[in-house]
Amino acid sequence: MADHRKIGGVLLNVEGISLSFGGVKALSNISFDVREGEVRSIIGPNGAGKSSMLNCINGFYHPQEGQITFKGETRKQMEPHQAAAQGIARTFQNIALFKGMSTLDNIMTGRNLKMKQNFLMQALYFGPARREEVEHRKVVEEVIDFLEIQSIRKTPVGKLPYGLQKRVELGRALAAEPDMLLLDEPMAGMNHEEKEDMCRYILDVNDQFGTTIVLIEHDMSVVMDISDRVVVLDYGKMLADGDPDEVRANQDVIDAYLGVTHD
Amino acid sequence: MADGATPSQELDTFPKLLLENARIRGTRPASREKDLGIWQTWTWADAATEIRALALGLKALGVERGDTVCVCGDNRPHLYWAMTAAQAVGAIPVPVYQDSVADEMHYIYEHAEAKFAVVENQEQVDKLLEIKDRLPALKKIIYNDTRGMLHYDQDFLDSYEDIQELGRKYDQDNPGFYESSIAEANGSDTCTMLYTSGTTGRPKGVILSYGNMIDTAQNSIDLEGLSDQDEMLAYLPMAWIGDNIFSIAQSYVAGYCVSCPENSDTVLEDLREIGPSYFFAPPRIFENILTTVMIRIEDAATIKQKMFRYFMGVAKRVGMDILDGKSVSLGDKLLYGLGNLLIFAPLKNVIGISKVRLAYTGGVAIGPDIFIFYRSLGMNLKQIYASTEASVFITIQRDGEVNPDTSGKPAIGVDLRIEDDGEVMFKSPGVFQSYFKNDEATRETKTADGWVHTGDAGYIDNDGDLRIIDRSKDVGKLNNGAMFAPNFIENKLKFFPHIKEAVTFGHGRDQATAFINIDLESVGNWAERKNLAYSGYMDLAGQDIVYELIQDCVEQVNRDLAEDENLSASQISRFLILHKELDADDGELTRTRKVRRNIIAEKYGELIEALYSDKTHCLVEAVVTFEDGRTDSVTADVVIRDTKTNMPTQAAAE
Repeated sequence: MADHRKIGGVLLNVEGISLSFGGVKALSNISFDVREGEVRSIIGPNGAGKSSMLNCINGFYHPQEGQITFKGETRKQMEPHQAAAQGIARTFQNIALFKGMSTLDNIMTGRNLKMKQNFLMQALYFGPARREEVEHRKVVEEVIDFLEIQSIRKTPVGKLPYGLQKRVELGRALAAEPDMLLLDEPMAGMNHEEKEDMCRYILDVNDQFGTTIVLIEHDMSVVMDISDRVVVLDYGKMLADGDPDEVRANQDVIDAYLGVTHD
Repeated sequence: MADGATPSQELDTFPKLLLENARIRGTRPASREKDLGIWQTWTWADAATEIRALALGLKALGVERGDTVCVCGDNRPHLYWAMTAAQAVGAIPVPVYQDSVADEMHYIYEHAEAKFAVVENQEQVDKLLEIKDRLPALKKIIYNDTRGMLHYDQDFLDSYEDIQELGRKYDQDNPGFYESSIAEANGSDTCTMLYTSGTTGRPKGVILSYGNMIDTAQNSIDLEGLSDQDEMLAYLPMAWIGDNIFSIAQSYVAGYCVSCPENSDTVLEDLREIGPSYFFAPPRIFENILTTVMIRIEDAATIKQKMFRYFMGVAKRVGMDILDGKSVSLGDKLLYGLGNLLIFAPLKNVIGISKVRLAYTGGVAIGPDIFIFYRSLGMNLKQIYASTEASVFITIQRDGEVNPDTSGKPAIGVDLRIEDDGEVMFKSPGVFQSYFKNDEATRETKTADGWVHTGDAGYIDNDGDLRIIDRSKDVGKLNNGAMFAPNFIENKLKFFPHIKEAVTFGHGRDQATAFINIDLESVGNWAERKNLAYSGYMDLAGQDIVYELIQDCVEQVNRDLAEDENLSASQISRFLILHKELDADDGELTRTRKVRRNIIAEKYGELIEALYSDKTHCLVEAVVTFEDGRTDSVTADVVIRDTKTNMPTQAAAE
């Protein structure tokens, strides 16, 4: 599988990130990098700071210390919409879709940043606005085809089962044609077959579009199967960083995360 | 336009019919497919060009006359073309069920001695790669959808387009080859080979000639007046004989357009968008549609519910007569007209059957309620009795003479005969040539003078209509000597929307008992309205309140059975709800969803014994096979319930 993929240079570099909320230290001195085209996972027990790390990367949280370099551009502070404009898209641990809107419309919102026409033109659906919408719809249809969700194209998202909602959320992130995709527990709460499907889609996204993927996941077996490299966090500290085999063999990780055998 | 210009002497193969259609109706649509949300159309001329390129591409790859080419995937115009393309160069296309697991696929590829395969996509390629080592004869695999195929560099893999390109080159270098290759075949040559799913044993390869397919198609077109103005939606497996007649043979002969759904989950939406005029569906689909409608009605506003109930009552009373052209009082006619305006027409439009002027169902018995529902809405739904060995049609209900309990009169050209033991036999132009590499089975099924055993027990009633009772080999006896017809009882059970599958036992026993599979959608919706929490099938199936729901259904069937003196002894005395859904992947159903009794009896022997003991619980473990062939096991404590049976009531109910 991995032999024909191209892993490029460093796309994202995280250096010495520390983040605290009042007295609570969520992250302390975290450093790692993400290379172009790889599947990079962040794992750790509950409250380890995984989602906080993701929130720092896409500009939602502003770490007190450290810096983040994306595509060679170092930044101290940035807002989520700037991250999106730079080519970072994400999904959320608790699905954040527009429940009353159809799958199609939800995915269409992923194209928002790429739309050039102003609100008035779009409302009138006239001339260039119309042509633009047709173009965007094409991309959206390709995403729908890719994720095989044609049958729910017009179904309000709120009526869909959980596993499918997750897929729609991935679709919305993909519609933005991101360079880097942040996935926050994409497989949480899924059954075995849904997990397998989701893995397939993640690997296909990575493989076919060359999208770099940063993944937070609870399910160890999934992470070890699909990741190129894994960062392990525990109580906001970095425990390990390396390929799945190294991480699996790391005694700290075994103790902290996989658990010491008690019986 | 369809006939008259078709001297059957000449147009005796599909490739010849294709050329003719391209000539006389080149600009009319031949196939449609929804791609990226937009319907794409190919005219007969387009189809002929595509098929020519692929056929010659196959030739250039080394396909010889008589080679078998397996075709596998969902209904796609490109795959239908592949069938005709193979035929054009003298090869024999063998469509394979697209949801077969690798092992089943291996059996068919090996048995058919397939040298080439044309498949839909990566999923099918992966399945073949898994078994490729064990298929030395398989030389090339051609895939249509290139998605995900970027990194597959095996040299026996080629894309459909590349082969077509190869074919166009071959055409330039060998002008006239295509035409002469088509002219070489005639009506008695093998057209296709279809593997029957078979409720017992390994699948058998049924060899059908062009004559079988084309004559059968022509006869049914004459009977029903189909023309090139008709529209068909192709959504049932390509490996099934019905699809070969409805989507290929009849389309080629009558010249009508066949539309393929976007994918297998979108069929109902696509049905609405295409609005076919000619439609086939097995009872299960009509049932599903009805269930969905009923569920939505339950959730509708009170006034809508009341209107629906009132007008459906009117429809039930007079709708069938209106459809059959019988006289109805003016008041009823007006009432029905109003119902049509307010309820029937909008409802048919939502389902997508507004334009249907001819619909068939068959395969298994359809519930009278379901059948009557559609007919009373004004849709001309008719039952057929069909088999692969007959190229589909054995009997067809005639317009104006439709009785829900029968399968109708023999189709044009078909002779029927009932054996002494009650078995139905037929002889027709569609009778298959033989089973591939299985002379013994051929001799068992087909007599020297061309009569075919159907294996079904039935009789011809006073109106000359065929009535099927059950599979003759399934009809058994209870210990007290009374007849036990399992399918008959199972069908009665399955007519309840809450029951998806049922398996009954009784042969060689004192009483009849049953396994039930609940319908997750229907019971799930019911549970939701009752605010009942459940985590999945197994959980829901085990709940007491669900048992009570099903018990009501079973006791209702018992009351019905009590009224029939032949069957009153086979009332269900005990039943259980299975902890898992019966599934074709586990070998419990055939790919066409018929129950495989032997396998179920073997697998759930423990449960059957429990049914015939006084146990109220039984702990079981079952193996589940996933689509990729892995297995896992589940354990469950299955509850067994007694049901009320009734004394025979004779005809007192009348």
